Amino acid sequence: MKLGVAIVVIAAFAAIAAPVLAPYAPDRKFGGLLNAPPTVPHLRDDDGGWHRPFIYRWRLVDQLEQLYVEDRSARFQLVWFTQGHFVLSSNEGAAPLLLAGTDSFGRDVFSRLLFGARTSLGIAIVAALGALLLGASVGGIAGYSGGGVDETLMRVTDFVMVLPAMYVALALRSVLPLVLSPSTVFALLTIIFAILGAPFVARGVRAIVRTERRLDYAAAAEALGASGPRLLFVHLLPAARGFLAVEMTMLIPAFVVAEATLSYIGLGFSDPIASWGTMLRDAASVRVFADFPWLLSPAIAMFMVVLGLNLALQRAPEAMRYGRPNRGVESIR
Amino acid sequence: MSGLTRYIARRVAFALLLVIIVSSAALVLARLAPGDFAASSVGLEARPETIEQTRARLGLNKSIGAQYRDWLASAIRLDFGRSLQYDRPVTELIPERAANTAILSVTALLLATVVGVPLGTIAGSRGRGILPDAIRAVSLVLLSMPPLLTSLFLVFVAARTGWFPIAGMRSAAPVDGGATLDLLHHLVVPSLAIGLPLAAMLERLQAQAVSETIGQPFIVAAIARGVPRSRVLWRDAFKASLRSVAAVYGLVIGTLLSGSFAVEIITAWPGLGSLMLDALRARDVFLVAGCAGTGAVFLGIGTLASDLALAALDPRAREA
Repeated sequence: MKLGVAIVVIAAFAAIAAPVLAPYAPDRKFGGLLNAPPTVPHLRDDDGGWHRPFIYRWRLVDQLEQLYVEDRSARFQLVWFTQGHFVLSSNEGAAPLLLAGTDSFGRDVFSRLLFGARTSLGIAIVAALGALLLGASVGGIAGYSGGGVDETLMRVTDFVMVLPAMYVALALRSVLPLVLSPSTVFALLTIIFAILGAPFVARGVRAIVRTERRLDYAAAAEALGASGPRLLFVHLLPAARGFLAVEMTMLIPAFVVAEATLSYIGLGFSDPIASWGTMLRDAASVRVFADFPWLLSPAIAMFMVVLGLNLALQRAPEAMRYGRPNRGVESIR
Repeated sequence: MSGLTRYIARRVAFALLLVIIVSSAALVLARLAPGDFAASSVGLEARPETIEQTRARLGLNKSIGAQYRDWLASAIRLDFGRSLQYDRPVTELIPERAANTAILSVTALLLATVVGVPLGTIAGSRGRGILPDAIRAVSLVLLSMPPLLTSLFLVFVAARTGWFPIAGMRSAAPVDGGATLDLLHHLVVPSLAIGLPLAAMLERLQAQAVSETIGQPFIVAAIARGVPRSRVLWRDAFKASLRSVAAVYGLVIGTLLSGSFAVEIITAWPGLGSLMLDALRARDVFLVAGCAGTGAVFLGIGTLASDLALAALDPRAREA
């Protein structure tokens, strides 16, 4: 559990501090260094002498095959806290610091990973909040009203729940043009994800509200003249706090993956924008698997975030998972 | 009508409604989408009249309402229109792709059930030793790897080792062993990619259900009477706890279809998902509606099967 929280905190910090932690801007291209491997920081040179952390520069030996060898003739010291960045190479022109290699455009994968975390985690968090808001409203109203309203709303949520999320997202996304501005894509994906995630929230909230309504404190509030909306939003919904928190940690990983899948097939964000999905799209070729494995690092980042959230969820009290026989279902969608 | 018949009738009605709503919605959505097939098929240089003619020939000049009415009228006669880009009836194109998706999904589901449920029973049995802990840890890791990631990972492994083909469904020229073996060989990567996270999910569910069942009086009574523990676990507790797995099967079908979507694209499996993506990109409205409808049929069959299994395992469900 602690490990999980730690991973999540690190990921959040990396995303927030991306402009400082990342050595380069996400769209900076190193023309001579396409698909270059990671530059590994060394402490010892070939003669066995110890130095402060330094890197070697990459020398292209085969233009066609894009094969690089370390040029061990010169050392390039790493410099810390300069020009507003955490760490840089002492000679940016000759030997850029490429902690996770470069992609096929010569962009630094590590920097893009950090900036991509902002896009990918940002959209997941906003969409999860949207799903909670929508789900809690629908579930709250259904649970509070009962009768026909309840019946109708629950039928609709059951229906949305059973649909294959990926197909629905795809169909809804395709209603708009293929090429959209990044902010439109962000808004669109957020809305789609929120709608698809809301039913899971609504079901649980409805069950909680129905139970709570029968308790004495609700009756007391009603007797004191609290209006319907007040009773629902001030008294009953707070009882679902724990459930909503758990739900949030389940929806975020699902949405991170959904964004990645849509961007991977070209219906999410498009190239200049760094997101984990667009980065994976760049990695979609057989040569990557064989020769440029560092391009798969967004997959590892995604795995770590999802694992972290799942670990953090491990000890959540059983009561918070109220009304969820199917926990985990959407986390693998 | 008995309770069970009424129950089945209601579920069948739900499944039918699902198919109709989903395919109608897909048709309308695909039609609403900007850009149409006529404009993109005749090329950028085409004169407006040419585009207009093409549109009229394909029936795209009708209003959405009229088009939907026509489509619905012929759909009742099981004619779902012609694919615009392949110029073949949708009913000819879809079965093969749907069968491919079905092969993949069923294999993955079988794999997940065969692996996940027994391991979940072990993990939930409150036994001691490293086995339950190991199962729990592995399934937590797998649960954090959606099909998108498992397929990338497995393709990576397969590309590095060369043990399995990484793309497609059949070799151009199957080597000795025949077509079936070749198909199975190609199935390894995609079916594991979908099956492993699913197995982890079923394992967690089953583990929880078993550990809840074990606390119940009838289990304690059986143990007190001297029935061997392993027999209590595998016969009594196992059976009683299958309910929760059966209950999610209906939802799992949706997950399977979603999961197979990413996997089909990554491993170039010629299934429904990749066909629908193609159709969407080309604005091939009838094919989109056909694909969505077929997906909904799968979904309907899946939820129905899950409901029936639930009714068989738990008489109380029939009343609900």
